[in-house]
Amino acid sequence: MFLRLFALLALLTGPVAAEEVVLGMSQNRVAITANFDGSEILLFGAVKRETSIQDSPPLEVVIAVSGPLQPVTVRKKSKKLGIWVNTESVDVDYAPSFYAIATSAPFDDVMSHVDDLRYRVSIPRMIRSVGAPMDVQNAQRFSDAVLRIRTNNGLYQMLEGTVDIDQQTLFRTSIAMPANLTEGDYPTRIFLTRGGKVISHYETIIDVRKVGLERWLYNLSREQPLVYGILSLAIAIFAGWGASAAFQVLRRGG
Amino acid sequence: MLHCVTLTVSMQIYLPIAEVSVNAFLLLGLGGIVGILSGMFGVGGGFLMTPLLFFIGIPPAVAVATEANQIVASSFSGVLAHLKRKTVDLKMGVVLLIGGLAGAALGVFVFNYLKSLGQVDLLVKLCYVVFLGVIGGLMFIESLNAIRKSRKNGPPTKRKNHNWIHGLPFKMRFRVSGLYISVIPPLIVGLFVGVLAAIMGVGGGFIMVPAMIYLLGMPTKVVVGTSLFQIIFVTAFTTLLHATTNYTVDMALAVLLLVGGVIGAQIGTRIGTRLKAEQLRILLALMVLVVCGKLALDLLLMPTELYSLGAAGGH
Repeated sequence: MFLRLFALLALLTGPVAAEEVVLGMSQNRVAITANFDGSEILLFGAVKRETSIQDSPPLEVVIAVSGPLQPVTVRKKSKKLGIWVNTESVDVDYAPSFYAIATSAPFDDVMSHVDDLRYRVSIPRMIRSVGAPMDVQNAQRFSDAVLRIRTNNGLYQMLEGTVDIDQQTLFRTSIAMPANLTEGDYPTRIFLTRGGKVISHYETIIDVRKVGLERWLYNLSREQPLVYGILSLAIAIFAGWGASAAFQVLRRGG
Repeated sequence: MLHCVTLTVSMQIYLPIAEVSVNAFLLLGLGGIVGILSGMFGVGGGFLMTPLLFFIGIPPAVAVATEANQIVASSFSGVLAHLKRKTVDLKMGVVLLIGGLAGAALGVFVFNYLKSLGQVDLLVKLCYVVFLGVIGGLMFIESLNAIRKSRKNGPPTKRKNHNWIHGLPFKMRFRVSGLYISVIPPLIVGLFVGVLAAIMGVGGGFIMVPAMIYLLGMPTKVVVGTSLFQIIFVTAFTTLLHATTNYTVDMALAVLLLVGGVIGAQIGTRIGTRLKAEQLRILLALMVLVVCGKLALDLLLMPTELYSLGAAGGH
């Protein structure tokens, strides 16, 4: 009797757990090597459920991959003495260096405004600016500029309708990450929604790192800048001297 | 039905410090072209390379610092050759160098201060527009006159050796140059060139060589060697300052430009010997003016994007 009540309670309170995400990824690491030219990540998964498939409202999937959140200084140019110079600036507290959202249908259909606010999913929700100076009018325009510039650079991507769902159970999408990525942990979130409401979400991390020589050079330049500077001079001098010496040998030989 | 097959040889390289991905052949090519030009005209090429790096999307701060590093490399074999031929006035070189080191420090200080204000791109570009405009214009006029004169076969104009500089105190004897002059003018020339090296990522030969000939009255045969001697130390110092304060020296970028540059310079030297000096000068002047015009237009025309993003925390 008690057991039955328990089961009933679980059913009533727990529709959230009824459908869960099981995720696979083609890679959970992106290595920035010397010839890094962007990377395409394939994300695929399945919906694990205890109950039979519910037909309406249909199951939708939203996948959001975010780069590290960083503060950004946004500067605006205006014309002074005939030339265009930076005149105003606003520090945006944080904005992701990269952000891609893939959905199975138009964003407004798959996620309600309330849940978007709650989970901070859409791109404008990820950009936060509170400390705009009082003398700057329209601080919102500066946040919009972050969105616009990064969208134009392929760093912010809204990929509506690119998640394929099969039998309301299997889903897959691919996200192209551009060449100008920032290093760091890329939190990746998958939301299952029905009728605009999030019924389950899952979070994992894609690790984006410089590797090998790239990593070594970058770290050296930050941790031992003097050594790095001397090394770059030494390499430059050696290369310059070596190349001209090689040419002299060639000329004598020819 | 039309089938279109495009074969793209993509050789992108990710620059670790600039944090952009650029085509390696583009960099080798740029290095090569500027190398050819510098071989043809006997100029350092920094003042052409740095703006070209802006145009392909390298952040100006990285372009300036990396170019300083590259100038060290491209002047090294030149300095060795001049030292061997004894065409370097070491004493004058050291005086110019003292001014240059102070200038480079001052230049990096100004550079970093304006960087924190978000105005460094403007500073660098304005400097380029002014200097390229003045130098290109003067060169153009002078070479036009030279061509006209060579047609008329008129006598070459003589330059004055005695001027106000001989009235200044702190005189010093420079035996190699055969001069007995005050150390103040060479110190100031060195200082000025040092500032330019730090802000513009150039060697400054295009300012220093005329200043040494016309202002200090040095004999032409020691001018190039002595200026190279000063340039190599000043740009090396500038590189170290940028590397330690701004972290903007990109080794991978420098090496690629260098490889192209050294090969280009060898080709350029051979082309240069086959062309007339006046024609060469006019070509170089035109090229300098074109680069200047492009930079000026960028400043004068309304940009398509008024906003720009930068890393925060520079205050």
